[in-house]
Amino acid sequence: MTEKVHLDHAHLLRILEAMIRIRRFEAKCVELYQAQKILGFLHLYDGEEAVSVGIMEALTPQDSIIATYREHGQALARGVDAGCLMAEMMGKLNGCCRGRGGSMHFFDRAHRFYGGNAIVGGGLPLALGVALSDELSKRAAVTACFFGEGAVDEGEFHETLNLAKLWRLPILFVCENNLYSMGTAVERAEADTDFVHKASGYRIEGERVDGMDVVAVESAARRAVERVRATSDPYFLECRTYRFRAHSMFDAQLYRSKEEIEAWRKKGPILRFQGWLESNHLIRPEEVQAIETKVEAEIAAAVVFAEAGALESVAEVERFVTMTEIPT
Amino acid sequence: MSESAPLAITYREACKQALRQALVEDSRVFLMGEDIGRYGGCYAVTKGLLEEFGDERIRDAPLSESAFVGAGIGAAMTGMRPIIEIMTVNFSLLALDQIVNSAVTIPYMSGGQFAVPLVIRMATGGGRRVAAQHSHSLEGWYAHIPGLRVLTPATIDDARYMLLAALVEPNPTLIFEHVMLYNMEGVLTPGVTSVDIDHAAIRRPGRDVSLITYGGGLFKTLDAAETLAKEGIEAEVLDLRTLRPLDSDAILASVSKTRRCVIIDEAWRSGSISAEIGMRIVEGAFFELDAPLRRVCGREVPMPYAAHLEDACLPQRDAIVAAARDLVRPT
Repeated sequence: MTEKVHLDHAHLLRILEAMIRIRRFEAKCVELYQAQKILGFLHLYDGEEAVSVGIMEALTPQDSIIATYREHGQALARGVDAGCLMAEMMGKLNGCCRGRGGSMHFFDRAHRFYGGNAIVGGGLPLALGVALSDELSKRAAVTACFFGEGAVDEGEFHETLNLAKLWRLPILFVCENNLYSMGTAVERAEADTDFVHKASGYRIEGERVDGMDVVAVESAARRAVERVRATSDPYFLECRTYRFRAHSMFDAQLYRSKEEIEAWRKKGPILRFQGWLESNHLIRPEEVQAIETKVEAEIAAAVVFAEAGALESVAEVERFVTMTEIPT
Repeated sequence: MSESAPLAITYREACKQALRQALVEDSRVFLMGEDIGRYGGCYAVTKGLLEEFGDERIRDAPLSESAFVGAGIGAAMTGMRPIIEIMTVNFSLLALDQIVNSAVTIPYMSGGQFAVPLVIRMATGGGRRVAAQHSHSLEGWYAHIPGLRVLTPATIDDARYMLLAALVEPNPTLIFEHVMLYNMEGVLTPGVTSVDIDHAAIRRPGRDVSLITYGGGLFKTLDAAETLAKEGIEAEVLDLRTLRPLDSDAILASVSKTRRCVIIDEAWRSGSISAEIGMRIVEGAFFELDAPLRRVCGREVPMPYAAHLEDACLPQRDAIVAAARDLVRPT
């Protein structure tokens, strides 16, 4: 794998499709939430799709992912089946976690997807352990650890960066800076809003990338992953992004203006990438149509799969509280 | 096993032998914690292991309880068998989020895709005149949490073999080593090469009153039982050994036999494991009782430094004797 992004036609279509899949999946989730088929919290990734799609392009199946509670994008971009994710959203037995995790806690062993994490910053130390495990087992792999900029305020961020550098663990830290931790704007939470600079305090190299530009993210991710593989040192990517929707379905967004959101929507990753493809005649309208048709069908099938799923028996509610064996 | 007379060893040495055996027998095992390598462990349990096993397997961690416990969880869910040392139970609170929100929830939330076979050892308890930030007994809190296994080795055999049983266990396991036991000397029982971590043990059989305790309370309680025996009161001493899952059957069997019970627990009384034990007895053996339940617990204060004050805050032999005597021969 090289760090240069080969923008051949198939590649362009693939990353566009990946972003559209996340967007449509979540749009369907909103419908199902309003129909009360999805319950609890629902934190949408709307607007941030370029980050997970760009990063995943740089990873191999041997690499690992640690995600946040807004992890629908990471899971789909990683290739986890939309059906089992949708079923998990609906609390079904055929969900990726048998209905025990829900929206904020997707896990998928086969894809080395080590969890959505609903404790802000809680996933960072896990990344240390996954990377350490790879190293001790002589598995050449990178652990991609996603977290929001709010996690930077938790002690675990600082403890983890220090240890990652001290022990030289192959971790790609991906800070998804969407400018708000719930309703608190980044400049109201940070004494220093330059996160790459913060990482450099632990002598971890990094760069900031436009998280609304999928090509820029992929390109930076390839450089970063190459560097992690070559040096076995951690690397830090700050992806500047924006969520178009509220923090969760319960958020009235009193902390930001409609104008601000509209201005960012115009810079949206799908709009921008698709527009660029179209204006450069890199994609034909029927190809866009084909992607949309394909994704719609996939999501419709995911909903059918989820709706048809059984519910876990209540008699099984205590299963996995204590494990009887170690899964392999 | 040689046929020669068994040698007395310390509880500390028993813990170390267990760690050494684990490291020798399973290449997936590594130790991680503060000052466990070059310093040799704050209670010298890991002294010498760095020289023997190297710094990849005896991993000194900085003062980052949350990060290195979390790292242990990540490593355990991806195939390793980490053993973490936390200096004292008080410091484990800095890792409480990782223990309660990650180690315990990941197997369940992932629908059984991942286990977290992690062992965390830590020192607990008072008596060393180190005041309120190094002396508390919080193991009962951990026993509140489904998904954890909580072990409290009190004897030399348990110190030697509970760790190995914990490593076979697929669930996150906490081992609480009472600080006052590290220097205790004893003899390993000949022929014993493993212990069971599912059952409590009767350390002294008796007919008149059950004295239920664990960890640092055991030897004070055995001492109290000796005193009671001189008065003609035969106390049964039950060592819980495991606080979660609690061996209710053993508790109910003992109490059903003696019909009287004193629970001895160094932790604070309110909301403690002693409260849980008492309630289980009420639920399961209320009509077997000939007397109200009694408790001898730590006094409800942050542990004071001054020796006479600390002694007054810990369960002592005389208080245990008085409580048992009062139940058997009410004044």
